[in-house]
Amino acid sequence: MKRWPSLTLFTVILFALWLLLNDSLAPGQLLLGLILTVVITASTAAIRPLRAHPHHLLTALGLFFVVLIDIIRSNIAVAGIILGPAKRRFSSGFMKIPLDLRDPYGLAALACIITATPGTVWAGLSPDGGTLTIHVLDLQDEGAWVRTIKQRYERRLMEIFE
Amino acid sequence: MTMDEIPFWADLLGSLLLISGSLLTLIGSLGLLRLPNLFSRMHGITLGNTLGLGCVLLASILIASIYAERFVFQEVLITLFMISTSPVTTILLMRSGIYRKRADTGKKPEAGQDTN
Repeated sequence: MKRWPSLTLFTVILFALWLLLNDSLAPGQLLLGLILTVVITASTAAIRPLRAHPHHLLTALGLFFVVLIDIIRSNIAVAGIILGPAKRRFSSGFMKIPLDLRDPYGLAALACIITATPGTVWAGLSPDGGTLTIHVLDLQDEGAWVRTIKQRYERRLMEIFE
Repeated sequence: MTMDEIPFWADLLGSLLLISGSLLTLIGSLGLLRLPNLFSRMHGITLGNTLGLGCVLLASILIASIYAERFVFQEVLITLFMISTSPVTTILLMRSGIYRKRADTGKKPEAGQDTN
């Protein structure tokens, strides 16, 4: 039964969401939440044909903080570019990054991370899944962007999802 | 409940968070004016979506927790929904921008710095 870990994780997350939405730990809410999450998990299992198998939850926690720090840093960087001289504002462009990550959930997470971080937006994946195109606001040093995405995000996502 | 019940430090911290959040969002929107093309303008808006929103939510958590006299962190849900939904529309916008550019110029935008 390899599918159980992800099912239980999904249930736990839904349950926590329900309690947080209602902002209460009353027995009635606990019971209602429990019934709802189990029913929803069971009934939507069929429309999620691919199961995620996340492991190394500690790595996931580490990734969360890495992304948090990067979001704060790039917020400041992008604000600087917008307020800065024209030369830096006109150095945006597309670039390609070779990708080793193949798991669809990992790729979805990577798309969210790259797009949520100011300064980079996911622009597409080649049909074979091996090359990622991103749009970068500050395209001065392509090597630095490749290193950031491969070492800070992709390596951890591969640990989590593959 | 009166405003006097909020201690000075929380008042100050909350205001600072609100102001920096709004400033970041304002700078991001300013990017619409100052950046040269569609693709680079998309980056500016992200400021308000991420740290701008984050600062406002932190201020909300702080003040709400003091009012309720317990830790209120429902605001975390807003971040969660924002992080899982806003990239979808951003990527859609990016894709449609690429297709429009391809329709205009007859070829895909190349890697390398944008030509304006």
